Amino acid sequence: MKQPIYVDNNATTKVNDKVLAEMLPYFSDYYGNPSSMHSFGGKIGYKIAEAREKVAALINASPKEILFTSCGTESDNTAIKAVLRSRSGKRHIITTRVEHPAIKNLCEELSGRGHRVTYVPVDNKGVLDLDYLYDHITDDTAIVSVMWANNETGVIFPIEEIAGKLSERGITFHTDAVQAAGKVPVDVQKIPMDMLSMSGHKIHAPKGIGVLYVRKGTRFSPFLIGGHQENGRRGGTENVGAIVGLGKACELAMEHLEDDAKKVGHLRDILETELLKAVPSSIINGTRENRLPTTTNISFEFVEGEAILLMLNEHGICASSGSACTTGSLEPSHVLRAMGVPYTAAHGSIRFSLSKYNTEEEIKYIIKKLPPIIERLRELSPFWQEQQMST
Amino acid sequence: MWEYTDKVKDHFMNPRNAGLIEDADGIGEVGSLACGDALKLTFKTDGNEKIIDAKFQTFGCASAIASSSALTEIIKGLTINEAARITNDDIALYLGELPKEKMHCSVMGRDALEKAIAYYRGVPYQKAEGEIVCECFGVTDLEIKRAVTENSLTSVEDVTDFVKAGGGCGNCIEKIQNIIDVIQGKEQPEKKKPAAMTNIQKIRLIEEILDQEIKPVLKKDGGNIELIDLDGDVIYVKLRGACANCKTSQVTIKNFIENKIQELVSPELIVKEVKSETTYIC
Repeated sequence: MKQPIYVDNNATTKVNDKVLAEMLPYFSDYYGNPSSMHSFGGKIGYKIAEAREKVAALINASPKEILFTSCGTESDNTAIKAVLRSRSGKRHIITTRVEHPAIKNLCEELSGRGHRVTYVPVDNKGVLDLDYLYDHITDDTAIVSVMWANNETGVIFPIEEIAGKLSERGITFHTDAVQAAGKVPVDVQKIPMDMLSMSGHKIHAPKGIGVLYVRKGTRFSPFLIGGHQENGRRGGTENVGAIVGLGKACELAMEHLEDDAKKVGHLRDILETELLKAVPSSIINGTRENRLPTTTNISFEFVEGEAILLMLNEHGICASSGSACTTGSLEPSHVLRAMGVPYTAAHGSIRFSLSKYNTEEEIKYIIKKLPPIIERLRELSPFWQEQQMST
Repeated sequence: MWEYTDKVKDHFMNPRNAGLIEDADGIGEVGSLACGDALKLTFKTDGNEKIIDAKFQTFGCASAIASSSALTEIIKGLTINEAARITNDDIALYLGELPKEKMHCSVMGRDALEKAIAYYRGVPYQKAEGEIVCECFGVTDLEIKRAVTENSLTSVEDVTDFVKAGGGCGNCIEKIQNIIDVIQGKEQPEKKKPAAMTNIQKIRLIEEILDQEIKPVLKKDGGNIELIDLDGDVIYVKLRGACANCKTSQVTIKNFIENKIQELVSPELIVKEVKSETTYIC
């Protein structure tokens, strides 16, 4: 079996060969600065415009509404801070308890600086409490930020419904679509959101490139102050190669969105079903109803996630875990805790996130290798024996 | 990704002495599922204080499993007294090195060993004493003090790495810092303790007060004092040396000793003197 068997695509993805091929000349031959007066640099501008069109097309936006940033985190930070700055006076933010750290830690920081933050809870399936969200809107609410799909569980939130409600009430709405765009249909014409974050390296473009969609007419103030790039909305010389790559990646994602989703979803379902069958006391975290086709998060009770990952690693299998030990923190993932997943299960959670590059052969390999690992670790675990004795 | 030494990886992938000794002479269980790691250590002796076999069961990450495996290898062949001197550092050193954030795995090994030895000796395990500082992981002030002193820790982060305290909600960070400051001599210990104390905590505190505040004063006059018992709110003390025969000893007890203890420990405490045997004969 060719290694690695990479099922950690919510962390990052392989750059598509076609994407890389499109990018390379912009490092070697066409290295000019698009802001230059000479045509050697100036013509790069056309290529950036083309990439912007492709990115816009993926989410059905207008190219002028696409702002290139350095990563998803910058997009998220820009969105929240831009709104807070441009609507002076309003100091209330509504977000969820399960956001990515790019939003979560930013909001925690802001709440220490005089802003009020409401965190909307989820139920034990990871489904958002919409009534809680709507009930907590006040005249002071400056922005609502809700992720499109959760990076740990893959659970998709009802963005269309939320955007509709907030648009009626005239409240700025941002969504972190880093895990969703390019994997499920995203249409900003259909859904009335004000801002949306994307990241290149989650959809087979390189790391170091992000996107913030800003709807025309949205009040905005730049996060990075500098040159006139991005229409004065973000200073800094364009990361040309990465922008070109992202354009290509978006084009490919759009072209194959349905097929890829179907193929990956099929593999994910096999993996999930077979693992649940083969391993007793294993549980899926998050609803299976409305979820990214790429992602499954499974808890193997009575064993610890880091130990599972390292043993998988011995077989060349790359996954991730919501266990405390993997990050150096002592508590398991905030997402699983918000869902009320018991600690006993949260410590043993493993996330598999697939991409179109995974094969059925790889999935079968994981299905073969994982159950003995769990069995081995359970043999070492004092709790497993107690559990066996009590049942 | 953690930087584990080859020895950690080896003891994780090929753990030595995994399992349970059925008729063990020593049993030590620490940790819980909620905490994310737990260890059950069992050992068998030759009937003459020498550990001839040791086994472990561990729930936890790679370094927790490796630390447990290492612990069993270390103690096999040692006498109980030798094993009692094993520190968490010995476990970490045996494995070459543990990442700083994983030192608590070696502390868990040491704790399980101490508990197993206490079981073997038939004495109560001492660790539970003290006042809980970190609610999230149930860590007491005494455990923190011990970790700070034994491993020369200087920051709250260090303490979290070694005994987990402060790694949850973070509400106790100030208290941990205070403990570190006291040990480093930056600040005097807080004299007033919260009212809700167990008897053992009260006794410890009373002894501390006697040692620090009262004995030095009595000694100036050639006297001394000893704590005999605590029964509810009544403290029984015995006066020694010059004090034992001092006519104003009752005044000393009421005006000085009792006041001091009421002020520093708890206002409802009463001090009574137990007359020394010689006095009874007279």
